[in-house]
Amino acid sequence: MIENKKYAQKHNFAFIDEATKKEIRRKLLKAVAIPGYQVPYSSPEMPIARGWGTGGLHVTLAVIGKDDIFKIIDQGSDASVNACNLREFVHQMTGCQTTYDTAEATLIQTRHRITEEELTEDQIFIYQVPQPEPLRSVERYEYKTRQMHGEADYAKMWVSLYEQIVRHGDIMLGAGYPVKVNHRYVMAPSPIPRWDVPNLNNSKALHLFGAGREKRLYAVPPYTVVEPLEFDDIKFHTESFAGTECYRTNYKKAFLDELYFDDGSKHYIINDSNFLDKLDAGQEPKQHENIYINQIEA
Amino acid sequence: MGYVAVKGGTDAIHNSQLLLEFYRLKDATTPLDIQQIKAQLRMAIDKVMGEGGLYTPEYAAIAIKQAEGEVFEAAFILRAFRATLQRKYYSEAINTREMFVKRKISASFREIPGGQVLGPTRDYTQRMLDTTKATETEEQMQEFLTEFLSGIDQDKLKSIGRYAKVIDLLKNEGLLQPADPNEDRILKDVTREAIRFPAPRSARLQMLCRAETGGLMSLGYASMRGFGSVHPTVGELRYGSVPVRVKDATGRERYIGKIEVTEAETISSAKTKKKNAPPFYTIGYGLCFGQNDTKAICMGILDTAMRSPDTSSPANDQEFILYHTEGIEAMGFVNHLKLPHYVTFQAGLSNTRAAIDRSTATAPKEAKQTEQLQSV
Repeated sequence: MIENKKYAQKHNFAFIDEATKKEIRRKLLKAVAIPGYQVPYSSPEMPIARGWGTGGLHVTLAVIGKDDIFKIIDQGSDASVNACNLREFVHQMTGCQTTYDTAEATLIQTRHRITEEELTEDQIFIYQVPQPEPLRSVERYEYKTRQMHGEADYAKMWVSLYEQIVRHGDIMLGAGYPVKVNHRYVMAPSPIPRWDVPNLNNSKALHLFGAGREKRLYAVPPYTVVEPLEFDDIKFHTESFAGTECYRTNYKKAFLDELYFDDGSKHYIINDSNFLDKLDAGQEPKQHENIYINQIEA
Repeated sequence: MGYVAVKGGTDAIHNSQLLLEFYRLKDATTPLDIQQIKAQLRMAIDKVMGEGGLYTPEYAAIAIKQAEGEVFEAAFILRAFRATLQRKYYSEAINTREMFVKRKISASFREIPGGQVLGPTRDYTQRMLDTTKATETEEQMQEFLTEFLSGIDQDKLKSIGRYAKVIDLLKNEGLLQPADPNEDRILKDVTREAIRFPAPRSARLQMLCRAETGGLMSLGYASMRGFGSVHPTVGELRYGSVPVRVKDATGRERYIGKIEVTEAETISSAKTKKKNAPPFYTIGYGLCFGQNDTKAICMGILDTAMRSPDTSSPANDQEFILYHTEGIEAMGFVNHLKLPHYVTFQAGLSNTRAAIDRSTATAPKEAKQTEQLQSV
């Protein structure tokens, strides 16, 4: 009997065994209960390399059900190589329906972007996190950062932001701008651009973060306050695309990618591929609303 | 599907996979037999099982074949496969005093109980390219085997017993420092729990056991060369097979098979904490799957180094050692740099441009290169 089973490639539904999935779900519940707090977890090895989205996969595979409709983006695009690879894996392991449509998806896994289209209460948004520790740039040791979080001691962080202003005239953090969640924990929102940070605030969707290599899970529950760190006189601001617009749709109120054409000319295009497709098709997808986007003229 | 700046997508991935398979097979040679890999690439198998964290020579051979001999990749495949298996039992601690010894040496003593047994080792081979390997035939192999086996005295083979251990000599003389009673002795399973620092020794040894051999070697070497203070003597290095037992539901120990392991006990002189206290020796411990002397010895060096609170050198620093010698995680993260990063780069770019504009506005002659922070 053992001979027959040898080399048989049978996997559990959603790859991970049930005991480990249960563990991840329990840790996720703890993460939801303490918004922004990093919960250590077992982080089993995946057939995908560490640093390529294993944390996001753990979360996705632990929460996905047979009826879920799964969307995955990488750098804003459904068709980016890593997104394709992971989508294929999740599809093979679960048989779940996949989609490119943000509105249709029940579960969205992402690397480095929040979709431009507004999320709903029925959606779970899952982030692949390369570096969950917001304090890592100011403190290299894990045991010290944990202590600092415990004591809500974010002085080093504030000093580093201040030093950047003194040195460069502004807070130089690009992607992964630190945020304070529910007035308590400072959290790394995964390397999303500053453009996306305000969309975490009071979001209708549940946001789950998985850092596989660093073995940490954390969460922002729906309708939770998420504030970027800022000073009274130096305010947080998002990337400015002033004076530019998407060359295909002439749209201005979205995160834009710079493109260099073969003739050397520079153009801009909407980063979120599904949002771009919808605009291209003449639809009017409902976008996130926040004070930063609202300031931009349409 | 809309516009994608980085061309890729499912078709490209699929074609890349086909091409990979084509490169493996394009010369249309005879298929590599798994039994052959298992037998003739013994050292690669041992390394892959150790770093993959799963004792299974046959599956290791498949992984090596699949990865075209890339041992990192093969270990990765095995590690992922291991993660899908149910954990049914924890074995009882193996007892290396029960080892069927194939090799045991001591650099600390000229003569040890049972004598020095060199066993199979490359240490005393001259590293000259043996071009006759290119034309090795089955007849020659058979000839060697017949001759070799005829020299083995079966009666003597049966009389091979167990050997006492070198550290027992030291222990009996009271030269060994007793284990620090303050040392965290909790048993952790690093495959089930995220490690915390300071980590208990059980977790440290487990992580060293699955760590990448090359990474351990460079840090162990650094520690001996002066970036650290651990320069031990090999008390005993053993390679052989040991029985593994688990407890069944009734609490009885059951033998489930044998595994091959390399064990190193390295001796260093320990610093005494109090001024007038006499000096002691301390043991650094290394145990890994299969035959891998370098890894076991470096585990011993680093085990000793990490027990010293001095953090002036990287080898004494638990977080530094344990996080950065994890080969499979390191490989994955380094390689993720090949993924597109245009969103994060764009986010930093707008900051940098604005800062350059500000600095040229205030000090036009000073062209400063601004530092780019955090773009992962």
